Amino acid sequence: MTHLNELVASWSPAQLGLVGDVLEVIRAPHPVLALLGAEVDPLDPVMVALAADLVATMRVSPGCVGLAAPQVGVAAQMFALDVTGHPKTRTCHGVFVLCNAVVVEASRQEKAREGCMSVPDLTGDVKRATRLTVQGVIPGTTDSVTLTTDAFEARAIQHELDHCSGKLFLDRVAGAHALYPRKVYL
Amino acid sequence: MSQLAVTVIGPDRPGIIADVTEALAGTGVNLEDSSMTLLRGHFAMMIVCSGEFEAVKEAVEPLRGELVITVREMGPEQTHAPIGAPYMLSVHGADRPGIVSAVTRMIATVGGTITDLTTRLSGALYVLTAEVEIPAAADLELLQRALEITAEELGVGVTLRPAESDDL
Repeated sequence: MTHLNELVASWSPAQLGLVGDVLEVIRAPHPVLALLGAEVDPLDPVMVALAADLVATMRVSPGCVGLAAPQVGVAAQMFALDVTGHPKTRTCHGVFVLCNAVVVEASRQEKAREGCMSVPDLTGDVKRATRLTVQGVIPGTTDSVTLTTDAFEARAIQHELDHCSGKLFLDRVAGAHALYPRKVYL
Repeated sequence: MSQLAVTVIGPDRPGIIADVTEALAGTGVNLEDSSMTLLRGHFAMMIVCSGEFEAVKEAVEPLRGELVITVREMGPEQTHAPIGAPYMLSVHGADRPGIVSAVTRMIATVGGTITDLTTRLSGALYVLTAEVEIPAAADLELLQRALEITAEELGVGVTLRPAESDDL
């Protein structure tokens, strides 16, 4: 386990000061998912409201561990994340939202299968770093935070960062046969 | 004994592979490379094997009906050394006719070859993933630009990146 960033780990959506709305999750091939997200002003009340909406939408979506702004139709560099309780999680910062996040360091690539609410019927094997350091800003503040994590939280953050730059896991699938129809057992 | 290509296509049900390979095994066939998948719920299998043409044809005869089975004699093996470095090609976007042909034409134009390809239609979303070899002499930057232009015209996204392989 890596050392937690306490500011991120102790963050709560209550700090946004408003309750978000549940928004519709956009599915590929919607063009907004392919746009490069704009840098956001983390103090902009519209962006603070968007952060609350991302958390609210993530909360009501079963199995959802992260949601990026483009997935609710806004081409902006913001995502919400919460990998609490997932069996592949090691280091865990709980629920948090980051704006304008960038990768500082990424290492130890591993392949694993991932899915996406915006591509609901497919999953794919994707190689991602299992050690990750990112830097971003908590919405409603000007605090630049640097967060180091591993395992599933690292994978989830990289997945959301891809959304923020107009990419999907489909762009990173590891082989011609590494894409799978999602199995639903009746 | 000659090298044979056997294809089997039809509605999926449990036991097709067992039935087909049992019939082949009964003639003393040796299965070599094969690939099987479900294409929109249809069973689809290709097998290259070595065996007696007439015996194999006869052995699969009782399985014909719902299954469309072909048996052909093949020429000598067509293996060749890689023509260049391996790349992964991903294309996804709204479904429309011509995506595969337009994108693969760009690869062919620079002398690249596709060694494996899968496409999936999932609702309105069309996804292509392919493994590609690009000759060292090809202008990769030009290819990337050509792919981007083609993708833009088609309204899809395209990614061409070096395929990584980890030797353990």
